[in-house]
Amino acid sequence: MGAVAQRESGRLLTGWGRTTPSRARVVGPLSVGQLRALVADRPAGGVLARGAGRSCGDAAQNAGGVVLDPVTAPHIDLDADAATVRVSASTSFADLLTRIVPEGLLPPVLPGTRHLTVGGAVAADVHGKNQRSDGSLGRWIEEIELLDGTGEVRRLTPGGDPDGFRATVGGMGLTGIILGATIRLVRIRSAQMLASTRRRPDLDALLTALDESRDRYSVAWIDTTATGRSFGRGVVAVGDHLADPDPAAEPGGLAYRPGRAHRAPRLPVCPVTAWSAREFNGLHFRSAAQEDSELTDLATFFHRLDALDGWNRALGPRGFVEYQCVVPEDAPGVIAQILEAAQQRRCAPFLGTLKRFGPGTGGYLSFPMAGWSVAIAMPAGNRRIGPMLDDLDLRVAAAGGRVYLAGDSRLRSSACAAMYPGLPRWRAAASRLDPSGVFRSDLGQRLGLRRAPETSCATTSGRRHAG
Amino acid sequence: MPDERGAAGSPSRVLLLGGTSEIGLEILAALHLSPDTEVLLAGRDEQRMAAAGKELGTRVRTLRFDATALDTHPALIDEAFAGGDVDLVISAAGILTAQQTLDRDPLAAGLLVETNFTGHVSTLLAAAGRMRAQGHGTIVVLSSIAAIRPRKANFVYGAAKSGLDAFGRGLADSLHGTGVRVLLVRPGFVIGRMTAGMPPAPLSTTPAAVGAAVAARLRRAGGTSPGGVVWVPPALAPVAAVFQLLPRPLWRRLPR
Repeated sequence: MGAVAQRESGRLLTGWGRTTPSRARVVGPLSVGQLRALVADRPAGGVLARGAGRSCGDAAQNAGGVVLDPVTAPHIDLDADAATVRVSASTSFADLLTRIVPEGLLPPVLPGTRHLTVGGAVAADVHGKNQRSDGSLGRWIEEIELLDGTGEVRRLTPGGDPDGFRATVGGMGLTGIILGATIRLVRIRSAQMLASTRRRPDLDALLTALDESRDRYSVAWIDTTATGRSFGRGVVAVGDHLADPDPAAEPGGLAYRPGRAHRAPRLPVCPVTAWSAREFNGLHFRSAAQEDSELTDLATFFHRLDALDGWNRALGPRGFVEYQCVVPEDAPGVIAQILEAAQQRRCAPFLGTLKRFGPGTGGYLSFPMAGWSVAIAMPAGNRRIGPMLDDLDLRVAAAGGRVYLAGDSRLRSSACAAMYPGLPRWRAAASRLDPSGVFRSDLGQRLGLRRAPETSCATTSGRRHAG
Repeated sequence: MPDERGAAGSPSRVLLLGGTSEIGLEILAALHLSPDTEVLLAGRDEQRMAAAGKELGTRVRTLRFDATALDTHPALIDEAFAGGDVDLVISAAGILTAQQTLDRDPLAAGLLVETNFTGHVSTLLAAAGRMRAQGHGTIVVLSSIAAIRPRKANFVYGAAKSGLDAFGRGLADSLHGTGVRVLLVRPGFVIGRMTAGMPPAPLSTTPAAVGAAVAARLRRAGGTSPGGVVWVPPALAPVAAVFQLLPRPLWRRLPR
């Protein structure tokens, strides 16, 4: 434990939204032996593995406990012939892409930022623009190496321990420390993308365009501020890999080469207001072509926001709140309700995206399910946001939808239980993998994920419940 | 934790020091706590606390708390934190006695200072230590407009609030970077049980209005800035600034 004590320091951690700081002892990277010793030690306040810190809310925080950041040293073990890769948890997608794209291979699921770590991506069961056709990351995982709460390193496979596997994929890091994962890759013949954009004048047209799209990758940017006849207008962006290499565009062969990112300024106040959000969104909509197609590289197509490094800091010291939810196919009306609510309360939603989802991967706490996924971001600090989102939670839950835990900092435990019917099974599996409750996060505490159900549904009483 | 967390979740354990405080209970009511929240009411009047607890619609536990029994405070805080993390501590114990009465009874004045100031210091320092260790939490301190400048009509109360206000600001700075925030609440004249029979001052407010203002601030996303100050009503902030600028001979002549 000496090595652990030496490398630890108290640090105030927040999510990418920078809204809800809490302090933890931060350690890492550690060897498997050191991690085992740490888990066996059961430190007060518990242990949590942190990935890239890109979840917007408090998923990667553990107030008063230990946070592993990074967990392990980055490591990539590629089997190009079998098209699989074994990656250590703290390896970023950027490193992974740089290594495997020249081999003509690609992760089947690419989240919206290349900075995510593979461990964090497994824990959140992340999805990409191809969720509808290819599912989320969990569908492509052959094996997860998990250090559980008893100090045992388990090799979870979908066939070998389906229960542990489904609890860990999307389990928000609360079933153990993910040490690494083996992921099946897809083969690409070119690192260029044929991308098209289509402007749509209102929400119905936007939903129809997304629904009818047969492209492998599709996503819509939605103007969260447009009202009246233009309500819900947006731009659908679709694309696929070039079927053959394009010698003109990639003379040196396939590669992942993101352009140099600009550093976002750390602004003292948030530049986003209801007015500026409307102006920027309007400008973005008008500047998009009616129909357009072009060749782009992978980074431009998948990781556009990464071009502005640390963009969260440009939103002022109060940070921002993200609300991402998915509602079933038959309930797109909830999307309109979300947009309307944010506009009426003048919450200055400045960024909105819409995706058509296919079926989920079966993770007990996995986010994706067949339907519509909408995400809006708005500056924090507005007192109307809290009650508004509480109300929207009820509508989303009533429609059979759910809120993305990786983006959340405010959901209530009762709403969470209503949205995630797999929670009891997750709880049982987590109790098996981590019987003494070593793994803990602010998100888990807030939502009472590990709490026994009889305690969480207790009502008025003069006595405190045991446990 | 809840409150100031990004347009924020709801606290799961709350400690109210001064368990029958009208303002304290109004803050809890305005927070619309979920039924599985555990509220710890710490005060002297067991019966009134039990009655107040029923109104909250949450799990409630009462703790015996005498603000002037300083030596019992560490054990009280230990007991409150024994059941788990406390996300929100509201320090609301307070009494108000007419200055004329205190002039005749210096001992009562001493007890007022203990209740309104010293007891907050001994409980909040203990609570702050616990919250520092838990790495998150919010402390709400009920200061007052009276803290800004002592008035001859109310100067013992004002002095105690002044001390509490300074303590709250210092505590906030000392907790910077620990994940714990301090919210200082400065209401004007509050029409309520405590001021029954007194003529209301201009810009006076009510316990419910103070509760709503504090709850709104707690539910607002906070970022990394430590706590802050809430004036109720907000128009008091510029008024207080003017108060501080008045020449002393003029200030002395104010009727109340």
